[in-house]
This record gives sequence, C-alpha cells and structure tokens, in this order.
Amino acid sequence: MKAILTTVGKDKVGIIAAVSQWLATKEINIIDLSQTIMDDYFTMMMLVEVPQANVDFAQLQSELQDLSVELGVEINLRNAEIYDAMHFL
Amino acid sequence: MIDIQKITETSRMISDQNLDVRTITMGISLLDCIDSDSDRACQKIYDKITTKAKDLVRVGNQIAMEYGIPVINKRVTVTPISLIAAASQDKDYLKYAKTLDRAAKAIGIDFIGGYTALVPKGYQAGDRTLIASLPQALAETDVVCASVNVGSTKTGINMDAVAQMGQVITEAAKLDYMTNAKMVVFCNAVEDNPFMAGGFHGVGEADTVINVGVSGPGVVKAALQNVKGQPLDVVAETIKQTAFKVTRMGQLVGTIAAERLHVPFGIVDLSLAPTPAVGDSVAQILEEIGLAQVGTHGTTAALAMLNDAVKKGGIMACSHVGGLSGAFIPVSEDAGMIAAVQAGTLNIEKLEAMTAVCSVGLDMIAIPGDTSATTISAMIADEAAIGMVNNKTTAVRVIPVPGKKVGEMVEFGGLLGYAPIMQVNESSSAAMIERGGLIPAPIHSFKN
Repeated sequence: MKAILTTVGKDKVGIIAAVSQWLATKEINIIDLSQTIMDDYFTMMMLVEVPQANVDFAQLQSELQDLSVELGVEINLRNAEIYDAMHFL
Repeated sequence: MIDIQKITETSRMISDQNLDVRTITMGISLLDCIDSDSDRACQKIYDKITTKAKDLVRVGNQIAMEYGIPVINKRVTVTPISLIAAASQDKDYLKYAKTLDRAAKAIGIDFIGGYTALVPKGYQAGDRTLIASLPQALAETDVVCASVNVGSTKTGINMDAVAQMGQVITEAAKLDYMTNAKMVVFCNAVEDNPFMAGGFHGVGEADTVINVGVSGPGVVKAALQNVKGQPLDVVAETIKQTAFKVTRMGQLVGTIAAERLHVPFGIVDLSLAPTPAVGDSVAQILEEIGLAQVGTHGTTAALAMLNDAVKKGGIMACSHVGGLSGAFIPVSEDAGMIAAVQAGTLNIEKLEAMTAVCSVGLDMIAIPGDTSATTISAMIADEAAIGMVNNKTTAVRVIPVPGKKVGEMVEFGGLLGYAPIMQVNESSSAAMIERGGLIPAPIHSFKN
C-alpha cells in the first residue's frame, strides 16, 4: 500500500535520519521524498510503500506516536488514496 | 510526484480544522423480520442487525487508523419500526425499542435510528402505538433514536400528528428531558439520512447499504479566512471547492467501508454539522462571511449561500449525494450559536427564518419546561409548513427542560453540548392546534 508520511515541526538535527531509520526497521520503502521549510516549520513528505503482508496499522501508528514525541515533531502516516481523492479528478 | 502544498492542506484540515467522518451508517431493512409474534420478530431483528453490522465498528476503526481520518461514530439505521411491529398487535412497542438498544450495544455502535413512524397524511395500525410509546421507549433505552414524519410537500401536514407530537415531547420531558435530544419531528424526512437523531432506513432502499456523513465547518471557515473582503461570489466559489474536497474524502471512505463490509455503497451526506468544540462551528462561518454575530440582519442570506454552495460542491464530488447535505444549525452543538443566544442577537424567530434556507430545522433548542404542548405543536406546524412549501426537509428537536427559566443554562453533555433556555412566544396557539385535521398539500406539489 502506498502511504504518505508527513513530518512537521521545529527543525533540528537528525529528523530525517531518525524517521528513515524507523522506516527501515519496518521494511517500509521510501519511494519519493520532498522537504522544505514552510511557515518556519520543517515540513517533510515521504511517499512510502507499506508492505501489505502482516501490516498492523495500529501498531505502526502507535510507534510513530512515540517517535513524534521523541523528536518533538508531528508525524502522520496516511494511505495515499486520501490525498489523491481530495486533490485529483 | 509529491505536492507538499496539497498534502499539507489535507493534513491541516484533519489535524487543525476538525475535518472528520462524522458517521459511517449502515442502513438495514427489517422488512423480512416482520412476524405476528413479537418475540419472534424481535429475535429476527436482533439476529439480522448483529449479523449484518457485526464488523461495522471494526471496519470503521480500521479505516480511521489507516487513512488517519477520525471516524467519530458508527451507526445503524433500520426500517421504521411502526411498519415492522404493526403485524404483532402488541399494545406497545417497547420490546422493539429494547431489542434495538440491545443489538446496538452488542455490536458496539454509537446510535441506532429507526424507532420511527411515517404519518404525513394519516395513521396506519402501528403508527399510533409507536408514537404513544415514544416517551417511555426513549427513557428506557440509551442509544435508540426516534423520528416521526408529520408532513410532506406531496401530502400536506397531518395536524393530528402535529398535535400529538406536542404532547409526546411534553410527556417525554417529564420522564427525562434528555429523551427529546433523541427524537426529531420531520416534514419531508429523507430515507437515506446517516445523521441522528432523525436517521432511518427507507423502504425504497436496498436491503443493506452503507451511507457516510462527513462534516467540517472548521475547514470551510479556514478556507474563507483566505478570501477576506472579496466579493460574495468568490466566497461561494471557495465554499464550493472546499465542499468538493471534503465530499471526495467521504466518497473514498464510503467506498472502502462498503467494500470491506460487502455491502453496497449508498450516499455521502456532506453536512456541516457543528460540535461544541472550538473551531467546529457553522455560526463562525457566517461570522467569517461578515456578520458581527450570527442572528443579525444578513444571517439568512449568508446561510442560504453557504447551504447552496455546500450542495453544489458536494454533488460534483460524489457518485450519489443524499441525506440532508447542507448546513445544520443546532444551537446547543455550536459554540457560536450559543454565544449569539446569550448575547441576545439570536432568537427562535430568527432561527425559524434560517431554517427556510438551511438543510434542517429548529434543532437542539432548549425551551422552558412549562411551555405548553400546543405551543410546541405550533412550532412543529410552522416548521413543517416551511418544509412543505419550500420542498425541503425541516425538523424540530426542541427540548423543554423542567424547572428551568429563560436564560438559564442546561448541559446535555458530549457532542450535544449545552444551551441557554430560549424564550418562546407565550401567546396561545391552542385553538388552532386543537382543530386537528390535515393542512392540504400546496398547489405546486401537483406536478403529474
């Protein structure tokens, strides 16, 4: 399943590294990545491939929540379909 | 390609602007549960609901988790119970209400709607029994919602039912004033409404169907903050585009829920349904358009435009738009409405005018506990007349609160919020209500 992982928050050293490392441990592949500073906030979007087999989304979300607290940023993982539905015909 | 702007827009709608799927509602026909033995009928009802909707909560939660969008409620609507119970010859239908309550709790849903009677032109066997049992049925159940349709553009208004509903509401308030928060009196009730308390599963619907209600007043308000001072056609266009995006999300969620539950997808109801939370208010959209406070002159025009633009945006976005689709204007569930009542800029008369152009009616309005049954009936009659003549749904959900006087506050809790008791016109309408009979359908309903 293709999903978008968004990371928004105050910029600091190691955000991309920490998020990418977590993704690697979950065998989630990064397909595309875009990063900018928007309204003074570090804003990173990753298009990722979440392996369908045995994926426990609740578990992933819970771990991401822990990671976001640790890094002091807001992290969300959402099925990419929701963005396509809202913005593309 | 990743488009940061678009992804951020969606993210903010969900995280900061209270965009949510208000409900995934499964409509279930109970026509095949009819039985002359009410015990057997209730068993069939229980079995059908707990079989068809057994995975509803699980799938709703799964979608919320996977798509990162809150799914606030999971609900079920059923065929109006007056039709199902009529064959049983029971003296009251309490047993049916309790069966619905039990089934709903067994599958873990938030509400079940359909303790309903449709009497726009006259009563059938089960209708009187069901209506008479409403106060007790609602007082003795927790999650059952009831509705009564007393009129339509095609049939006129059943004034006997209007008179009876005034008495029912008064009686229910004496048992427990909260019961009236679970009951709606309609004109032109719709058969695919996923919202409560007025949702039921119409007889023209498929056996089982998934309907989705999406909401997001905060999203519309946030979008309008970007077009400050611009002409109203720009405002309308902005609302339309926002409604389009929100409805597309509803369409996606509904399609996925239907697929996973192996049930046909029915409709998306895009209704701006406020909650008492900060930034989740329809009143504040109207104020963003340029009113110092909702209720002042210009409110009806702003609401008319909002309601229309929401529908136009929604219709293009989705294969089937249904339900009520527009703006809800409940008082107790909307922080901006509550503030306007407290400030004296919003009264019942203005709310009544607003219901001519919004998608429902007088909703969640607390009134003094000593309001007479005939005055409540007359409020229902006024609303039904607005609905009948304007070919739209109108509804009344007023809540008489025993012992409370105008201006005092009453707490309903949760999504139902809190409200100041509002002044009603104290001049009597009794002689008109006591006439009973039928107000004939308007001339423009004769289209055949």
